[in-house]
Amino acid sequence: MIDFSIILAGFGGQGVLSAGKMAAESALIEGKEVSWFPSYGPEMRGGTANCSVVISDEPIGSPVINEPDVLIALNQPSLEKFEDTLKPGGIIIIDSSLVKVAPKRTDIRFIPINSSEIASELGSMAYATIVLLGCVSAATGAFTRDSFEKALYDVLPERRHHMIPNNLNAFDKGAEFANK
Amino acid sequence: MAEVVLMKGNEAIAESAIRSGCLYYFGYPITPQTEIAAYMAKTMPKRGGVFLQAESEIAAINMVYGVAGSGKRVMTSSSSPGISLKQEGISYLAGSELPALIVNVQRGGPGLGGIQPSQSDYFQATKGGGHGDYRNLVIAPASVQELYELTVKSFDLADKYRMVCMILGDGTIGQMMEPVAFKEKEDTVEIAKPWATTGMHGREKHNTITSIYIDPDDLEAKNRELQEKYREIEEKEVMFESSNLEDAEIVIAAYGTCSRICKNVIRQAAELGIKVGMVRPITLWPFPSKEFARVADMPSVKGFLDVELSSGQMIEDVRLAVNGKKPVYFHGRMGGNLPTQKEILDEIVKIHKGEM
Repeated sequence: MIDFSIILAGFGGQGVLSAGKMAAESALIEGKEVSWFPSYGPEMRGGTANCSVVISDEPIGSPVINEPDVLIALNQPSLEKFEDTLKPGGIIIIDSSLVKVAPKRTDIRFIPINSSEIASELGSMAYATIVLLGCVSAATGAFTRDSFEKALYDVLPERRHHMIPNNLNAFDKGAEFANK
Repeated sequence: MAEVVLMKGNEAIAESAIRSGCLYYFGYPITPQTEIAAYMAKTMPKRGGVFLQAESEIAAINMVYGVAGSGKRVMTSSSSPGISLKQEGISYLAGSELPALIVNVQRGGPGLGGIQPSQSDYFQATKGGGHGDYRNLVIAPASVQELYELTVKSFDLADKYRMVCMILGDGTIGQMMEPVAFKEKEDTVEIAKPWATTGMHGREKHNTITSIYIDPDDLEAKNRELQEKYREIEEKEVMFESSNLEDAEIVIAAYGTCSRICKNVIRQAAELGIKVGMVRPITLWPFPSKEFARVADMPSVKGFLDVELSSGQMIEDVRLAVNGKKPVYFHGRMGGNLPTQKEILDEIVKIHKGEM
C-alpha cells in the first residue's frame, strides 16, 4: 500500500511548487488519492518556498505534513529546516549542485543528485526538479514514469509539448540515482 | 464519467459558483482567497457573466445587495479583515431577506493580522456578525470536493430561505489542491423569486426591498418572521459527519482544516489502543447540537476534545450542547499556526490517562 508524504523545498522560482503539482498530477492519473499544499504569502520571490504532497491509496487525512517520508531540498536552508522532521527511514534527496552540506541524520537514506548540472546540460534549469522527481518515482513507487508522461501532456500547454522528451530524459537521469 | 481535476480550493469555489448559475461576482483582492477573484476575472466573461473588482469590500457587498434584489444568483468573497468591512452590508441583506453567497477564507486576526490559516471568525460568522438579530447559514467544508458540492448547495439554501449563506473556509482549505470530480450538470434549481425587483410586469403594486421598519410593531413582526425562519432552518438544515463513534472513549469536535488533521490523529490514537471518534460540524449554524447531545449520552464516551484554529470559539456551542454531561477539553493554535498531530495526540493521551 502506498501512503506517504513529500516535502519539496527551495528558493521561490526554482519550481518546487510546480514539481509538487506534477507529482500529485502523476499519482492522480493512477487513481491514487492526492493532496498538495503550498507555503503561500510574502515568502515567494527569493525567499523560501515549499509544498507538501500526500499520495495515498486511502482517503487522505491531513494535507499538512509534520513528518514527511521524503524531503527534496533545493537549497541549504530547506535542508536545515526540514531535516529533523523527516520520518526515521525516510529519504532526503538534494540538488548537490546547490546544497553543499550533507544531512546529519544517519537513520535516513541520503541521495545527492547534481540535478542543476544535469538540467543545464539538457538546456534549461527548469529540468532540475524533474530530475529529482524521477528519483522519487524510482525510489518510492509513488507514481510511475508512464503516468508522469501522461501528466506532462495534461499539464503543459501544447506549445510546450516539444519539451516533453527532455523532461522524460531528465526524469530518467534522476531515476538512475535511486538505484545507486 | 465525471471529470476529475486537481484544483485549488479557492478555484473550486469559483468554478462551482459559475456552475450553480451565479453569473455575478463582486470582490476586492485579499490573501488567502485571491484565487477566487482571479478565476472569476478569467472565466466569467467567457461564460457570459460579470466580474467586477470593486473599489472596496464595502462597495462589493452593496453591489451584491443590488444584484440579489434583482433575483439573480450573486456572490462575493474575502478573507477575515475584508469580511469585517462587509458586515454592514450583510446585516442589510439579512434585514431585506436577500439570498447571496459570501465566502470567508479565514486568516489570523485580530486587526490586519496575518495571512496564514485561522478559524478565529467563528463567532462573527455564526452569531450574526453585523448589527441586529439575525443569522447566516454557515457551511464549513473540509475538502476541495466538499467545497465544490457545498457551494452548489449554498446557492440553493440561500434562495430557499432568502438569506445569506456563508462558506467559512481558511487559508489551508483555500490554498490546497485536491482532486475534484465535477458532475456533467449541477442538480441545482433556481426557484421563482416573485419578490425580486425586476419591473412591474403588469402587477398592481411594485415590489419593495428594504430593511427599514420605523414602526416598532412592524419591526418586531419582521423580526418574529426572521426568527421563525431560523427555527425552521435549525430543524431542517443541520449537516455533520460523525465517524468512529462506536465504543469511542474520546470524541473530537473539529471542523474544516482541523478535522483533517484530527483524522490522522484518530488513526495514531488507535495504534495506542485509544478509541477516538469525531463529530465534524458541516453546518456551523445551524449547529449540530442534537448530535453532540446524543454522543454525550453514550456510556463509552469519557469526554470531548475540541480542536480549533482559535482561542476556543466553537467550544462554546459544543459545551452548550453537551450541557455538562461530559467534560469538554480544548486544544487550539492561533495567529495562523496549525496544531501538529503530535500536539493533539498528546492531549488525547492525557485525557485518556485522566491527567486533564
